[in-house]
Amino acid sequence: MTSRRRRLAAVGVPALAAGLLGLAGCGTAAAPEPAESLTVYAAASLVGPVSDLLAEYATDHSEVSVEPAVFDGSSTLVTQITESAAPDVIVTANETTMADLTAAGLVDQPHVVATNTLVIAVPEGNPAGIASLTDLADVDTVLCAPQVPCGDAGATLLQLNQVELDPLSLEQNVTAAAERVTSGAAEAALVYATDVAAREDQLDAIVPARAEEVVNRYPAATLTTASPAGAEFVELLGSARGTAVLADYGFGPP
Amino acid sequence: MSAPVNAVRPAREAGGRIPPLLLAPAVLAVALLTLPLLALLPRVDWAGAPQALTSPEALAAVSLSLRTGLVAVGCCLILGVPLALVLARAPSPVAAALRVLVTLPLVLPPLVGGLALLYLFGRQGWLGQATGAVGISVPFTTAAVVLAQTFVALPFLVISLEGALRTAGGRAATVAATLGASRWTVLRRITLPRAMPGLIAGTVLAFARAVGEFGATAMVAGNAPGRTQTIPMAIYTAFNGAGVSRDSALALAVLLVIVALVILIGLRDWRRREAW
Repeated sequence: MTSRRRRLAAVGVPALAAGLLGLAGCGTAAAPEPAESLTVYAAASLVGPVSDLLAEYATDHSEVSVEPAVFDGSSTLVTQITESAAPDVIVTANETTMADLTAAGLVDQPHVVATNTLVIAVPEGNPAGIASLTDLADVDTVLCAPQVPCGDAGATLLQLNQVELDPLSLEQNVTAAAERVTSGAAEAALVYATDVAAREDQLDAIVPARAEEVVNRYPAATLTTASPAGAEFVELLGSARGTAVLADYGFGPP
Repeated sequence: MSAPVNAVRPAREAGGRIPPLLLAPAVLAVALLTLPLLALLPRVDWAGAPQALTSPEALAAVSLSLRTGLVAVGCCLILGVPLALVLARAPSPVAAALRVLVTLPLVLPPLVGGLALLYLFGRQGWLGQATGAVGISVPFTTAAVVLAQTFVALPFLVISLEGALRTAGGRAATVAATLGASRWTVLRRITLPRAMPGLIAGTVLAFARAVGEFGATAMVAGNAPGRTQTIPMAIYTAFNGAGVSRDSALALAVLLVIVALVILIGLRDWRRREAW
């Protein structure tokens, strides 16, 4: 019996090793590395302006292979980078999430490129007649999770207004929260002014009291491993041209 | 209640004797399984579906899913066929323990599998540190998609094939061995051909599962268009307000349901023909 087991091991181990080598082979074949490329990770609220500026950059720099940007909640992006994702540029929706990357020594000095404030998003025409944060207690409201920048800002704003809510759901990124209202799953959401501006044919914005006191500052940074294209793109974001495109989408100046 | 004297009856004869009370929940169960999928259909803009499916973002997701799914199935075959052989031939305590391990990814939430893969291959993981030292990073690459798909699809191949291997070979294999055939010859000429229905069924199921994989992929591969955004990730992202349009996402969702249905129906007919 023991000799049979040993023979099984003798067959199984090399087979497994060959398989793992095959697996590694699949991986290297599937991910070719071009000479110079630019990969941008950006907060979900930046879909519009960052896509536009990336398209502009790609037109002006045909020698750089510009990868499609990844948009998600800032915390998700920061976790992915901490766990080994390596884009060239990261733009987050607040300075707290970026601080984790700075502390870990994964990014160079970040620059604030835009600002944003919160509004109450309601379906067009405001059918529930919402006028203040207090009114949100009477309708199905969606908030961002407190771990992501829009949720962090939302919690601060609710606290300033001494309002407590029992939200329908806590979303992982701000576009998800805005989409819940657009699709009719929720009657209101606390999102950025820019998210309503991007869906102006479907959503209306109610500016809550003291919203001007809770301003999110968006820092952009290159990773320490970034290609030179990364630094160029961060420069473009912070330039007059970048600020103008961001302003078109409703973002405030840095 | 006294047990019937003749307890062993042909199934067909007992078939007419289901208490009518149980029919209602059975019908409800079928409704629960099928109505949600049918509810997708009226939401699809059928006229616009060809265009929605061929948008650059949707095509990128479909192409990535097909490529990674095929590579994952290749990896499943390389790793799974030997494992199924070991399972079918190992002494029972070893086989029982291995079978538990093989079944684990089937019952775990895929997110947990993805998290585990991330902590193995991530910057601080055991393997991640080793591969990082030679400049290879697996998470958030196309390779990570293949890894996640292989992890969740492998049990489907191994379990289907093991069942077939248990009955394959038998006396013919013993006779061949006593006539001097080597182990490789017995495997190649007798065991594997006889287990072929199980191997094909397992391969097809593993492919379907790989293409549908979402949770583990989200964790270990992320959501980069063209690189790690497979069909399920594209659908999820669309309903988070980014990436492909909602129309594309719905069309892709229906496409996945149809592909899964075709695979399952095909397997069923084929198994009947093969008397498997």
